[in-house]
Amino acid sequence: MTLEGLPVVTLRGAVSMANGFPLLSGVDLELAPSSLTVLVGANGAGKTSLLQLLAGLIGLTSGEGTVLGFDLARDDRRLLRRHVGWLGHEGSFYDDLTVAENLTFAAKALARPLDDLSNVLARVDLEGRRDTIAKALSAGQRRRLGLAWLLVRRPQLWLLDEPYASLDDEGRTFFDALLGEVIERGATVVVSSHDPLRSAQLVPATLTMVGGRVVTS
Amino acid sequence: MIRIALLVAAKDLRIEVRSRVLLWQVVPFGVMALLLCGLALGPEQVGHSSAAPGLFYLVVVLVALLMINRSHAIETSSGTRASVATLGLDPAGVFLGKALALAIELWLSALVLLAGSVVVLHTALHGTLAAAPSILVTLGAIAAAGTLYGALTSGGNAAATLLPVLSLPAFAPLLIAGERSYSAALHGGALLEWWVISVVALAVYLGMGILLYGVLEDS
Repeated sequence: MTLEGLPVVTLRGAVSMANGFPLLSGVDLELAPSSLTVLVGANGAGKTSLLQLLAGLIGLTSGEGTVLGFDLARDDRRLLRRHVGWLGHEGSFYDDLTVAENLTFAAKALARPLDDLSNVLARVDLEGRRDTIAKALSAGQRRRLGLAWLLVRRPQLWLLDEPYASLDDEGRTFFDALLGEVIERGATVVVSSHDPLRSAQLVPATLTMVGGRVVTS
Repeated sequence: MIRIALLVAAKDLRIEVRSRVLLWQVVPFGVMALLLCGLALGPEQVGHSSAAPGLFYLVVVLVALLMINRSHAIETSSGTRASVATLGLDPAGVFLGKALALAIELWLSALVLLAGSVVVLHTALHGTLAAAPSILVTLGAIAAAGTLYGALTSGGNAAATLLPVLSLPAFAPLLIAGERSYSAALHGGALLEWWVISVVALAVYLGMGILLYGVLEDS
């Protein structure tokens, strides 16, 4: 549901509350298509909450917001979620399923063809781990499986929560190269991180969050 | 809805087969509980007691609570929860799939427990076979209610404590109906009336789950 030329994300004074506690306290944000944005800030600054709002996982309490053309205040958030991909640092799949079973589940859930799985596994260098149970993978391989899950899904908006945590230099380089590819193909990527991105391949917009707001860009 | 239900049920059962929690933890626990019941009754009482159906359902409910917690625990790691939520699966399909997988696990456990009940509690085999349709429906209703209450409590810090407290009032009529119809099958009496209660409860809990599961998931 993207509208040609319009921002992928527009937030105006976005406030999100949970149990009376403000997760986001007035976020203004605009993200262009095919862009990479890095959200930096201390623990509790609201980075993950902002990603959750963009994914339709938490609601908008006040303010205005549209993501991929969906109005966060009025539209059914479940419809937005199908167009958004999420990758968390702790893993984004079922630990007791194999690599192939996890990807097959994601593909079948969205009625996507299964013949693309081999290409995706080759792209993330997990061909040899096809039948390995996810919990037996290393941290870097788990991150690759998370990326494969997103490549199978092909979402328009990629939301990556601390994706660089516990990745070595090789893993970071691989990750950056793949993000570069998906951005080139038209996806919009938002990454949360404690520190600004140190990448030779990517030139992100960096936003700093403090107390549930974007304070600098 | 049915496509998603079958996908989710197959996924849950595959995880269960691979992790073998049912085989190595839940069923042995149930068999041991049944054995203790037999020992508590003693050799004089065990063949003549009318307590067997009640003891069977007591063990079933303990086993069911373990399985319900397990069924929801596989979804609750925060990364998995978020990425599966962004698949935008039809909540009614997810509910039916999880309830179906739970029902199949309960039916398989019940087979072992019924065999154990015949051996340990000396329940009559023909009466046990006559009670099978009612047990099938009652366990299906427990699976549907358990899936609904499991979603209500999952993700919370006290999920394992809250689940029995909240779900036992919902299970109570099912357990009474199941126990009564099993008793009727063993000792004679009105089997059909109690069975109808289980069928109605199954329909009610399936309907509630289809309508409410999405709301519970989001909350």
